Amino acid sequence: MSMFEAILLTVITASTPLVIAAIGELVTERSGVLNLGVEGMMIMGAVAAFAGAQMSGSPYIGIVSGIAGGAIFSLLFAFLTLTLVANQVATGLALTLLGLGASGMIGESYVSIPGIRLGNIPIPLLSDIPVIGPVLFRQDLIFYLSIALVIGVNWFLFRSRAGLKLRAIGDSHGSAHALGIKVIRTRYLAVMFGGACAGLAGAQLSLVYTPQWVENMSAGRGWITLALVVFASWRPWRVFAGGYLFGAVTILQLHAQALGLGIPSQFLSMLPYAATIVVLVIISHNRRTTLMNTPASLGKAFVPER
Amino acid sequence: MTLSEDAVAMPLLSVRGLTKLFGSFAACSHIDLDIAGGEIHALLGENGAGKSTLVKMLFGVLQPSAGQIVWQGKTVTIGSPGEARKLGVGMVFQHFSLFEALTVGENIALSLDPKISLAQISDEAASLSKAYGLPLDPKAHVADLSVGERQRIEIVRALLQNPKLIILDEPTSVLTPQEADRLFETLFKLRDEGRSVLYISHRLEEVRRICDRATVLRHGKVTGACDPRQETPASLARMMVGSDIAEVHRESVQPGEVRLDVADLSVPASTPFGVSLKNITMKVRAGEILAIAGVAGNGQGELFDILSGEHTVPENDAVQIRGRAVGEIGINGRRLMGASFVPEERHGHGAVTGMPLSDNLLLARNQSDRRAFLGGGLFSIIRHASVRSATQRVCAEMDVRKSGEDPAAGALSGGNLQKFIVGRELDRQPALLVVNQPTWGVDAGAASRIRQALIDLARAGSAVVVISQDLDEIFEVATNIAVISEGQLSDPYPAGTLTMERIGLLMGGVHERHSGSEVAHAHRA
Repeated sequence: MSMFEAILLTVITASTPLVIAAIGELVTERSGVLNLGVEGMMIMGAVAAFAGAQMSGSPYIGIVSGIAGGAIFSLLFAFLTLTLVANQVATGLALTLLGLGASGMIGESYVSIPGIRLGNIPIPLLSDIPVIGPVLFRQDLIFYLSIALVIGVNWFLFRSRAGLKLRAIGDSHGSAHALGIKVIRTRYLAVMFGGACAGLAGAQLSLVYTPQWVENMSAGRGWITLALVVFASWRPWRVFAGGYLFGAVTILQLHAQALGLGIPSQFLSMLPYAATIVVLVIISHNRRTTLMNTPASLGKAFVPER
Repeated sequence: MTLSEDAVAMPLLSVRGLTKLFGSFAACSHIDLDIAGGEIHALLGENGAGKSTLVKMLFGVLQPSAGQIVWQGKTVTIGSPGEARKLGVGMVFQHFSLFEALTVGENIALSLDPKISLAQISDEAASLSKAYGLPLDPKAHVADLSVGERQRIEIVRALLQNPKLIILDEPTSVLTPQEADRLFETLFKLRDEGRSVLYISHRLEEVRRICDRATVLRHGKVTGACDPRQETPASLARMMVGSDIAEVHRESVQPGEVRLDVADLSVPASTPFGVSLKNITMKVRAGEILAIAGVAGNGQGELFDILSGEHTVPENDAVQIRGRAVGEIGINGRRLMGASFVPEERHGHGAVTGMPLSDNLLLARNQSDRRAFLGGGLFSIIRHASVRSATQRVCAEMDVRKSGEDPAAGALSGGNLQKFIVGRELDRQPALLVVNQPTWGVDAGAASRIRQALIDLARAGSAVVVISQDLDEIFEVATNIAVISEGQLSDPYPAGTLTMERIGLLMGGVHERHSGSEVAHAHRA
């Protein structure tokens, strides 16, 4: 394997959790709910996946357990903000803090236990193509899922009637309610989808990226995804591009640091954040399309008239 | 669709004793209403009379607290808008039922049978809109459309479901007179097909013109049912308001010096959905009331912002108040020169709803009446006694009805809060007053009070600019009338020389400088 292929592989591994969590948050926010608890849901997914894999011995059970962990944890957020109409920003922040703390407690006995790595599934024929084959088609299940999620969510939002309803709710929940669309139910599902995706992203961290359990191993990735969704103007392919850009610059600056180019390491560590923001701001310079894609009722509480 | 025999005998929709309570407040109380097949039935009432609550119950958005709804002889419960649509009830809302970020086709699709594909909906919508004279492009984004076009979407959306009853909530409040005429044509066509229309309005003239029967609501109760063509506007108004409304009196005064002068000012739109102002030129003299007519969303908000100084412009000389260039000066600076401003939005713009009236008074006038309300020193201590007495003076002068001595602004009804806000500015005896939509959503009594106050102010020698969508109001108060359309302001015309029809043409963007043939064309359309 060449150096180039190795770098590409690490870029993919670094970017996949960002893309997955961001695409989930995108669906949540398109429905008009701002869930700032991505970091907390992600870390809960990571510990649930690790525990599931340890107990069953199968990393695939780990994936299912990570998804369920994130989704169930997000249900708490949904109940507080949608049924009890608590403030979404405060509840989301609380969810992150709770997730970080609770995962540390749950995972205490897993610290420094060797993890179970999720194996790769080579796709016949395609995986034999030089360079592209080993990079794209000799990957683990979660990577394939991440691509399917981006394509699927894009299709769902812009081609399906259910996606149209979801966007309508995000644009104006009052009008949607007046038309007879189930606002609260749809938002519950959207929040849980976001939670499931964050959980899957967490599973990738504890089963693929670094197959072990370390406290706070999500390391701020949840916050990055929140920024990605906004800067990508709530569009799936831009989220994908932003996630990979961030992953790529992160890996490249690590290599640059290793080469010792004489650039201050602090500056290099800053690069992924700066580059992602600059690029995404440039692509979303068209204020009209940005505004068209911004869910107008994002973060606003909905209480139906009775 | 034809009218069946028994539908003539039996009302299409009967409502018996319908009541809706919000806590202890009865928004609707024991409403009885019958709508026959193939009639245009008016539901008349002032703001807050319970019209919207009633139709929301008929459309399944709200659930009644008591009473029954009988549809074609059967008692029904309408649990959701979906169920209402299944029965054959269509609704054209007054506010918030379109999705700005979606296309016309997507908006229509949202309220239809899920089995129909998007392509089919576009085709059907296109053919329907042609048949009823309501042209629409299914691919356009709603955000880019005019208010009239948006209403067409709503109507086509309702018609696609082939309803037996169509409810229209204040449909003409956003239309030019010509657009309204076109809407009436559509309604007559619907009636001829045997469909019924429930037409909600507070405009007496048009109800008398197009409706077969009328039910009048006041304070949530039915106060009369009549044939509107047999009534006079005055008798209908009495049923609606419960008393005679004070007529507004006007005397003209000789105009004095120029108080507000805007010269050829163009301002690009500050948001993607905003309106650019183009070559705005206006002069308002002392003693004059310049009314600016126009359909909502044609640049009224933007114009108000540049006049008030909420949006300053780099061309300092382009806006002059009492002969001084103020383009770059903000709202406080302009207030200090004796100008006053009343914005369109009462809640959150004209007043802080959570604060008492006295604080709201002080917030608006803390610079311009600093001597009266604030003490000296580092912290500018508030002189509560003088603020309170000024608040009481304003309330007494404008007849603001309130509970308690100094309630929160949000606790007042819309009309009373508006009277307070206008009174707060009038109390300063401003040399120039700019007011945007002074009586929007205000009951008739408060509206006539506010209009009279504006006229009195001008008679006392102030210059007044009134931006309004309400043509009746404009004719009542204005000495001069200009029309704003797509960010362009027409020349002012003396009020006596204009007819409703001329203004309607100007509102539709047909300007004097265009050739006569275009005017004729607009007449035909």
